[in-house]
Amino acid sequence: MARVVVDVMLKPEILDPQGQAVQRALPRLGFTGIADVRQGKRFELEVEGPVDDAALARIREAAETFLANTVIEDFTVRVEDK
Amino acid sequence: MTTRIGVVTFPGSLDDRDAQRAVRLAGAEPVALWHGDKDLHGVDGVVLPGGFSYGDYLRCGAISRFSPVMETIIAGAREGLPVLGICNGFQILCESHLLPGALTRNDHLHFICRDQRLRIENADTAWTGSYEAGQEIVVPLKNGEGGFVADERTLDMLEAEGRVVARYLEVNPNGSRRDIAGITNEAGNVVGLMPHPEHAVEPLTGPTTDGLGFFTSILKKLVNA
Amino acid sequence: MTLDTVDKAKDDSKDRGWLQDGPVGAHTFGQPYAELGLKTDEYERIVTILDRRPTSSELAMYSVMWSEHCSYKSSKVHLRQFGEKAPASDAMLVGIGENAGVVDVGQGYAVTFKVESHNHPSYVEPYQGAATGIGGIVRDILAMGARPVAVMDPLRFGAADHPDTRRVLPGVVSGIGGYGNCLGLPNIGGEVVFDPCYQGNPLVNALCVGVMKHEDIHLAKASGTGNLVILYGARTGGDGIGGVSVLASETFDADGPAKRPAVQVGDPFQEKLLIECTLEVFAEDLVTGIQDLGGAGLSCATSELASAGSGGMRVELDKVPLRDATLAPEEILMSESQERMCAIVEPGKVDRFLEICAKWDVIATVIGEVTDGDRLEIFWHGEKIVDVPPRTVAHEGPVYERPFARPEWQDALQADGAEHLPRPQGGDELRATLLKLTGSPNLADKSWITDQYDRYVLGNTVLAQPEDAGMIRVDEETNLGVAVSTDGNGRFCKLDPYTGAQLALAEAYRNVATTGARPLAVTDCLNFGSPEDPGVMWQFAEATRGLADACQILGTPVTGGNVSFYNQTGETAIHPTPVVGVLGVIDDVTRRTPIGFREEGQIILLLGDTREELSGSVWADVAHGHLGGRPPQVDLERERVLAEVLIAGSRDGMVDAAHDLADGGLAQALVEACLRGGNGARIVLPEELDPFVALFSESAGRAIVAVPRSEELRFTDMCKVRHLPVARIGVVDGETLEIQGQFTIGLDELKAANSAPLRDFFA
Repeated sequence: MARVVVDVMLKPEILDPQGQAVQRALPRLGFTGIADVRQGKRFELEVEGPVDDAALARIREAAETFLANTVIEDFTVRVEDK
Repeated sequence: MTTRIGVVTFPGSLDDRDAQRAVRLAGAEPVALWHGDKDLHGVDGVVLPGGFSYGDYLRCGAISRFSPVMETIIAGAREGLPVLGICNGFQILCESHLLPGALTRNDHLHFICRDQRLRIENADTAWTGSYEAGQEIVVPLKNGEGGFVADERTLDMLEAEGRVVARYLEVNPNGSRRDIAGITNEAGNVVGLMPHPEHAVEPLTGPTTDGLGFFTSILKKLVNA
Repeated sequence: MTLDTVDKAKDDSKDRGWLQDGPVGAHTFGQPYAELGLKTDEYERIVTILDRRPTSSELAMYSVMWSEHCSYKSSKVHLRQFGEKAPASDAMLVGIGENAGVVDVGQGYAVTFKVESHNHPSYVEPYQGAATGIGGIVRDILAMGARPVAVMDPLRFGAADHPDTRRVLPGVVSGIGGYGNCLGLPNIGGEVVFDPCYQGNPLVNALCVGVMKHEDIHLAKASGTGNLVILYGARTGGDGIGGVSVLASETFDADGPAKRPAVQVGDPFQEKLLIECTLEVFAEDLVTGIQDLGGAGLSCATSELASAGSGGMRVELDKVPLRDATLAPEEILMSESQERMCAIVEPGKVDRFLEICAKWDVIATVIGEVTDGDRLEIFWHGEKIVDVPPRTVAHEGPVYERPFARPEWQDALQADGAEHLPRPQGGDELRATLLKLTGSPNLADKSWITDQYDRYVLGNTVLAQPEDAGMIRVDEETNLGVAVSTDGNGRFCKLDPYTGAQLALAEAYRNVATTGARPLAVTDCLNFGSPEDPGVMWQFAEATRGLADACQILGTPVTGGNVSFYNQTGETAIHPTPVVGVLGVIDDVTRRTPIGFREEGQIILLLGDTREELSGSVWADVAHGHLGGRPPQVDLERERVLAEVLIAGSRDGMVDAAHDLADGGLAQALVEACLRGGNGARIVLPEELDPFVALFSESAGRAIVAVPRSEELRFTDMCKVRHLPVARIGVVDGETLEIQGQFTIGLDELKAANSAPLRDFFA
């Protein structure tokens, strides 16, 4: 089985309260020099059969309609080498 | 001398005033503690109240656990300082490793606010001495990430050592393993509880007054000590 | 993009040709006013006011501030009635026009409350739309100087089984919970209504209540030359540029919104810090004027503060902390980034102000100062980009007398009454009808939704849903409290908007009185279709006239609220849906009256007159899918007497339970009182009434009460003295609801029917 990874991130212009809270906490814990933090979601899809263009297109469709909220989020799809 | 119980306010704490009120109604003096101040101002015990400290961002309690006041509280708790963590406070205690396990997203994925029946399993902790083992109480429960989880070995250990303080009855509202609503550390001075006893201290605003026992327990314990 | 400065605009306008020709045609200066939603005559007006073309920043400001959402340009002429017909009330401390009205509730306390819409954003992105709706109304209340103490959400969705509802409802509910719970405000009531007319146009209204001492009231005005303008809270990003204001002023096509502007994302944690920080600066008296940033962002805050103040204002826009460094000045002015406030602070108090902000981790920046001129001037790295009279932006926008006309179909609709529809015959059919109605989405138990909201936080919630009104304790020593209820019935309003609006007020008023609180003041959220449709405009005119007339009679002034137009898909508008919130005061919250039958043996009394009024009823809807006829009559004098009786009954300890009769009539009121109290009832329907009418008619001005036997005579005497009809209809008893001579239903069966639908549809 092949693994396809879908990463979902808030669009750059959309406020990411979680990332901001983490970023503000980092220097207090001594982790300095980090200019920005954005938090996202990672989905690992175990695919049955070959990961061909058709399969990837279906996964993109799933990401577009279901995994990501494209009103506020972007996503990327990639095949992970094992 | 009046017993003084500190209630910590973290950024995003919500039930801090409620915890102070409960302390007062139990007959002790509530002392407001600030997350950024290491000094516990000589309090006899500490309540970490409910809420969404730091918005529950990253993980519930994960950022608060590193606040200056927690350094002192963690050190104190290891020396026997009584500490009660309610809801978000329970999450902070787990993140601080003062209590084992963790709290995860409710199994049904929704925030839930309900009047919850519990059984007090251990009436020997610093915070449950006013109850009797086996006593059933009803207090509000409200959480989005209240599912208590730990590995089987830890769960068995908690059961074997009598460290399950309270258990859900009738409905398991969040998928907690073995219906666990609250636990204690080995010494019995640190208690974490997902339901909210501080919302059940007045007949006017709570479903019952069953929650007051947590706050009178600590008073009794400290006066007798 | 090059910077468009005032100097450049002056230069472009030097050739005075446009004075003769009018600015349009050869002299639009190529500016995209239409894309920004301005009409040609509105653009002309701006050019006339400035005596030159506006800069792009000025154009941005005028366009958002003159949008329907911000300027109330279509509704203003009708809303004036709320002031003109306002009843004399000692309770009003601050009236319409401020962020929210303020009402005196005694003992030195004042209460502020307001309901607002966030309909279109909630359709586009249900979670964030509903969340930021709460955030916005909470900041409005905070800006008055009050500590927010409770929220409520009147919600309307399409049919419960429609896919659009399945998409929108769960997101809206989680958004309200996700934001409100994290903010630490108890959610104590509201409504959930389903009707196909709201498919594609959900109504997501949010109400907030705040409490303060009289001396803490703050107003949105910038006064005192040399005082500083401080922007504090979140950084400014590209959120919802033109979002609320342009969105809320534009009709969606059937395919959904034409534009999908950047959605505003709420950060409830930031808002919680903003609340605590703001209350601390109030407590130390560090603020002379304050305004929240909501729709139209900085454009609104700066122009409104300056407009209401005594002088002018100078703002250095480049000082605004940004989340996105690439934003142009126009975008910064229009950004609707959430969780921001703007304060006017005396120079000597600025250091302390900034210190408190730092304590709460809230970013605060001095961005300008109050000047002795009469202009609002905004600079970008030293260059002047805005120079306007602030009143022309904030308070003197266009006003339209939109044409209105009674729709042609109105007569036919009213002629088609529900009274002629086939009715259930005999006990078995009545029994089945009751179960069907109580198991329909609109009458069903809403706890699947309301259990996702925290109703306990702050520890002062005395009553919360499903009680008739939410009630909050204001003072722990004296037990002073306030009660709030919101109601609205779009079906009744469609049949007759004048009467329908009055019925909404009457119901909210009655609900507050049922709990034992004395109604004092009104807030309203007027949800309608497009004001450019004369039929919709007629509905709006009728509803506002009805509401203003009724407020006058009931002695409850409108203190503020909100208008939401353009709630329609293509040519089809929603039912006209004025949502009315009533606030009441109760001197001793321990005397509050809940709805549940708690004590067996108590006597159940029906107060008021039951007429054959079935048009627009839940029965007509559920049994026949019918909407036609005339809504129930309104008798406001009767409502007032009923309220007096309910309040006296609570105060004198005569009443143990009381529940108003509304949707679903007597039958549904009995079901709710039984299920809430965990006790059954034996009911003997009044002989003079047809059993079906007695059970399902929705006549207004009615309530049921449960009184101890020892109090029955005293209570019925009190009703008789006031000429309020009272009938003994039964007794609290057993574990069934028994309608004698007709049918019996076990509480378990009732509960199963009543609690199933929402879980089945959405869980």
